[in-house]
Order: sequence, then structure tokens, then C-alpha cells
Amino acid sequence: MSTDTHAGHGHHDDHAHDDGAAHGTLRSYATGFVLSVILTAIPFWLVMSGALPDKAVTIAVVLAMAAVQIVVHMIYFLHMSPKVEAGWSMLALVFTVMVIVIALSGSIWVMYHLNANMMPMSAEQMRDMP
Amino acid sequence: MSTKVVNAQAGTGEAPVFYLRDEHEHPEGASTMLGFWMYLMSDCLIFAMLFATYAVLSGNYAAGPTPKDIFELPLVAVNTTMLLLSSITYGFAILAMQKGSAKQTQIWMVVTAIFGLCFVGIELSEFAHLIADGATPQRSAFLSSFFTLVATHGLHVSFGLLWMVVLFFQVRKHGLIPANRRRLICLSMFWHFLDVIWIGVFTVVYLMGVLR
Repeated sequence: MSTDTHAGHGHHDDHAHDDGAAHGTLRSYATGFVLSVILTAIPFWLVMSGALPDKAVTIAVVLAMAAVQIVVHMIYFLHMSPKVEAGWSMLALVFTVMVIVIALSGSIWVMYHLNANMMPMSAEQMRDMP
Repeated sequence: MSTKVVNAQAGTGEAPVFYLRDEHEHPEGASTMLGFWMYLMSDCLIFAMLFATYAVLSGNYAAGPTPKDIFELPLVAVNTTMLLLSSITYGFAILAMQKGSAKQTQIWMVVTAIFGLCFVGIELSEFAHLIADGATPQRSAFLSSFFTLVATHGLHVSFGLLWMVVLFFQVRKHGLIPANRRRLICLSMFWHFLDVIWIGVFTVVYLMGVLR
């Protein structure tokens, strides 16, 4: 370890800013942009035109497109890969995604049941609430 | 430090050392990228909590306006386009930086900032319309969580713009020195990250709101 860092030292200084993350090429940015435009246009068109008769299907498609687009942004714009920072960036990302999934699904699940168990309230009653 | 460098260069038969004898040298800024990524991940958690709050409260209209009444999807589509265009133009700024052209980098930064300003402007006018129509954050839990989530994102974009202006003058004064390159890449991560958050916002808040 010690010998390694010292031997590779000169190299390290020259490329200090290149080691952190790959910065992509014109091709990768263009690919990411085109994919993003497609993945944005389709959900907006689906919702605005009501092309799919079933609402649940539309919601599923829209959510799936968003998930794919997030991955596209991660790869082509944020240059995410398991190699960045020797894998530490990816590890942090995986951990964050895990926490988010637990917090989001947990909140929605628990609060949905809480709501379902509440007494129904009319609009008039709601308006009179403090 | 200097003696060790000499040893390494000469390659003399000194016994190799397999532990750190003292604090080894950290090249300046070598850990900035990872540190900034950690910040972005923690920011991600803030937005996740705001999304969770919105998901829980988005049906509580308190007999007030519903998403269908107040959201204008064409406006949101224009806004999304602005942010996406600013993402690609900032990508061009980074490419210009890689080529070593400070001038081009600055031009693309200006273009990015204009698209960013359009985004913030459109969002502010949307908020102004909502508030003028009585759809204020105080009106219902749905509107409270809506304004908190979307305005937090807008605030991030605004601070990103401030950062871009400061960095523009840094590049103009000092050129593409290593410190400025590092800052440009950090801002690139920040800017693209905000676009990722916006994907969640337009999908969950606007599109699914209108679908409900």
C-alpha cells in the first residue's frame, strides 16, 4: 500500500481531477439526452391524451418510464458506474436507494392503513375543522 | 516525505515498508468528488422524505382544489424541457472544459443559466397563479406538501444558479485551473442530480396528480 501510493504519486498529481469520475463524451451526453426526451415525452403524451383507457395501466407505465429515465440520467449524465471512486459512490447510492425504498414504501403502507381506519368525514365537516 | 520520494525514484534496496509510517500526502481535492456525492445522497434523503410526505397527504384536499383543478400539464412540460435542455448544455460546458477551452465553457454556462432561470421563472409564475387563485400552502395538506416539495426543488435550482454565476466569474478570472475544474464537475453533479429529482416531481406530483 505504502509503496504503491509513493510510486504512483506523480501520476496521481497530474490526473487529480480525472480520477474522481469519468466525464463522458459528446456521444454519451447525446444518447442520454435523446433517451430522456423520449422517456419524458411518452408519459406526458399518455396522460394528456388519455391514450390508455385504463388509469392503473397508465400510472404503471408512467412510473416505469420515470424509473428508467432516472437510470438513464445516472449513467449518461452523472456517469455512475461501479468503478467510480473504487466503488464507494455506488455503495453510497445503493445504501441511499435502500433507505429511500424502506422509508417511502413504509410511509405509504402505514399511512394508507391509518387513513383507511379513520372515520369518514364529509366536506362540510372538513371545512369546519380548526 | 521528500526522502521517501527520493528512495522510490532511486529504487535502492531499502527494505519495503508495509504500513503507513506517517500521514501520507493527499492530493488537494482528491476526495472532493466522493464527499460531494455523499452530500447529494443526503440531499436525496431530504427529497425522499418530502416525497413520502406528499404521497401520504396528496389526497387530503380539505374540500379545496384538487390536482386536476390547478395543474397545467403543458406548462409543466415546458418547464421539464427547460431543465432537460439545461442539463445537456451543462454537459457541453463540461465537454468544453475537457477540451481546455475556458471561453466555450463560459458560453455554455451562460446558456445553462438562461434555461435554469426560465425554469425558476416559470415555476414562480405558476406559484403566483396558484396563490392568486386561493390555492395557497395553508389551504390544505395536499397544497402544503405540494408547495414544500416543489419549492424545495426550486430553491435548490436557484442556489445552483447562484453557484453557476459565481463559478462563471471564477473561470473568467482564473481560467480552468484544477480547483475550478473540480468545482465545475461538482456543479455538474449537482445540476444533473436536480434533474433526476425533477423526474420524480413531474411524475409523482403532476402526472399522477392529474391521473388520480
